[in-house]
Amino acid sequence: MAEGNGNGGITGLLNDLSEQFRSSQVWTSIFRPGSPFRGGYSDTPRNRSYVVMNNVMYHLHPVKVKRHGVRLSYTLCLGGLSFFLFVVLTITGIFLMFYYRPTSPQAYIDIQALATDVAFGQFVRNMHRWGAHLMVLTVFLHMTRVFYHGAYKPPREFNWVVGVILLLLTLLLSFSGYLLPWDQLALWAFTVGSTMGSYAPVFGDSVSFALIGGVQISADTLLRWYVLHVLFLPFIIVLFMSVHFWRVRKDGGVSGPL
Amino acid sequence: MADIPEDILRRSAEARAKAEGRPVEEVLAEMTGEAPAASSPAEPAPAETEPAPAPAPPETAPAAPPVASGNGGIDVAALSVETGVPEAILLRATRARAKHDGLPDPTIATPAGGGTAVATAPPPTTTAPAPAPAVPEGVRTQRLLTVVKAGAIQQVKREPTDKVSVWPHLLAIEFVALLVILVVLTAVSIFVDAPLLEFANFNEQPNPSKAPWYFLGLQELLAYFDPMVAGVFIPTFGLIALMFIPYVDRNPSIRPSDRKLAIMIFTFFIVAAAILTIFGSFFRGPGFNFVFPWRDGIFFDDLLTILD
Ligand code: HEM
Repeated sequence: MAEGNGNGGITGLLNDLSEQFRSSQVWTSIFRPGSPFRGGYSDTPRNRSYVVMNNVMYHLHPVKVKRHGVRLSYTLCLGGLSFFLFVVLTITGIFLMFYYRPTSPQAYIDIQALATDVAFGQFVRNMHRWGAHLMVLTVFLHMTRVFYHGAYKPPREFNWVVGVILLLLTLLLSFSGYLLPWDQLALWAFTVGSTMGSYAPVFGDSVSFALIGGVQISADTLLRWYVLHVLFLPFIIVLFMSVHFWRVRKDGGVSGPL
Repeated sequence: MADIPEDILRRSAEARAKAEGRPVEEVLAEMTGEAPAASSPAEPAPAETEPAPAPAPPETAPAAPPVASGNGGIDVAALSVETGVPEAILLRATRARAKHDGLPDPTIATPAGGGTAVATAPPPTTTAPAPAPAVPEGVRTQRLLTVVKAGAIQQVKREPTDKVSVWPHLLAIEFVALLVILVVLTAVSIFVDAPLLEFANFNEQPNPSKAPWYFLGLQELLAYFDPMVAGVFIPTFGLIALMFIPYVDRNPSIRPSDRKLAIMIFTFFIVAAAILTIFGSFFRGPGFNFVFPWRDGIFFDDLLTILD
């Protein structure tokens, strides 16, 4: 990489400077040995290992993986993309929380104001909404790809079960967010969805009561699903994701080859 | 070197040959050991392999029975020097063995070499000719409980497999995938607004009112079955069945040709779910009655802002 031995040119000078900067104490205290951002990095097998091993990355990835596992066509990155979408949704969601009050009619007014009063408000809302739809799609496709690879077979049985829970949680997250704009679409789509729960035998009424926080959908329902949406469900899904990723590694990495 | 499968060796040799601009055969010969490797071996990375097994510990006392010399007792101190096992442990082991075999304590004859080691042994109840020197205040003594040979708990030798470094190979792909999805999402978000209808009105139900698209398959089922079946039993049973797949499908093979039945059943359900969802999304109009989207229009709120 940066060889810059000050051979006069401006590039050489810049290289020297950058190399010096990247070898400074502050910089090297941030990027651990083996990081490609550090001065004097060279592309050696040892450093390739350190990039992962000496890094927060090691929580997610081993140093090496089976060759077929990195073929894009094997996983299509669907699990990884689901996770990435979750991260995007968290970030955009936090932004939206700054401008949203889960009360009636304020909720609706706040969502309207995103389009007019908040810089990038509508854009971030769009990202949050389309991202949520996309995540449902990627999680579902991830599940089908796992099935067709037979990747749920021993020792991965339990990770499949964790996966099904993740699918359920993803659907619940998406559905709980659906009510929050508090418009006609939200109200009635949610009504259709939540009345299904009320058909449960014996407990039907209690289920319905718990779901909507009363006998009728009201502002209380909004608050309830807001808390579920921004706090409870994300918390639970992060727990299950942690187990999921941990098990992917402990079960020997991505399965296969076929 | 461990016996590495032919194809892996070959691939590795080709990559190296390409990088160094040398003929493949020469590199291959070098790697298979016909010529001493000039450069470093293929990937001498400090990979995530198990740490090298500790050298096998010396045979410990319990494994090698001390030769009980009839009446004379055992010279634990000498044995300790010989085997390298701390005296206190030898002492304890020998006593325990004698007790187990119902023999008198064979160590009695031995002057319990008043080494510090004895200090770690519990004071022997029966004999204890030499009171252990007190352990100085604040010094912790350690007991060696047992020595387990490395081979018994670790898999020392790993099957060589064809592996690549996560950096840069996997991380680069992931990064590109991440950028692609981010670009797609950003583009969609710039051009298509999320829908927002009028303020929620409890007295005016839009017609049709549909669930979010991922539940439209279920809503479609409501048109055919009793709500308790379509709304409760089918989804609950579906989720449970999904969770039980790995425990029901006992076929160990992952080759598609061995799994025809499993693939058929799963595909059937996926296609059925897809058809129901598409049907509920596009072929249902006011009153959730059947419509042709091309003739009567599309009643699909999730895509409202695209359709307008
Ligand atoms: C929030 C949802 C989910 C996330 C973020 C997620 C993430 C991941 C990731 C990153 C992997 C590594 C391999 C790959 O990318 O394909 C993986 C593997 C796996 N996932 Fe998921 N997943 C989710 C949902 C699911 C679901 C719904 C299922 C099944 C019902 C599932 C079952 C599995 C299994 C069995 C593996 C191991 C696959 C193999 O070894 O090839 N996951 N998951």
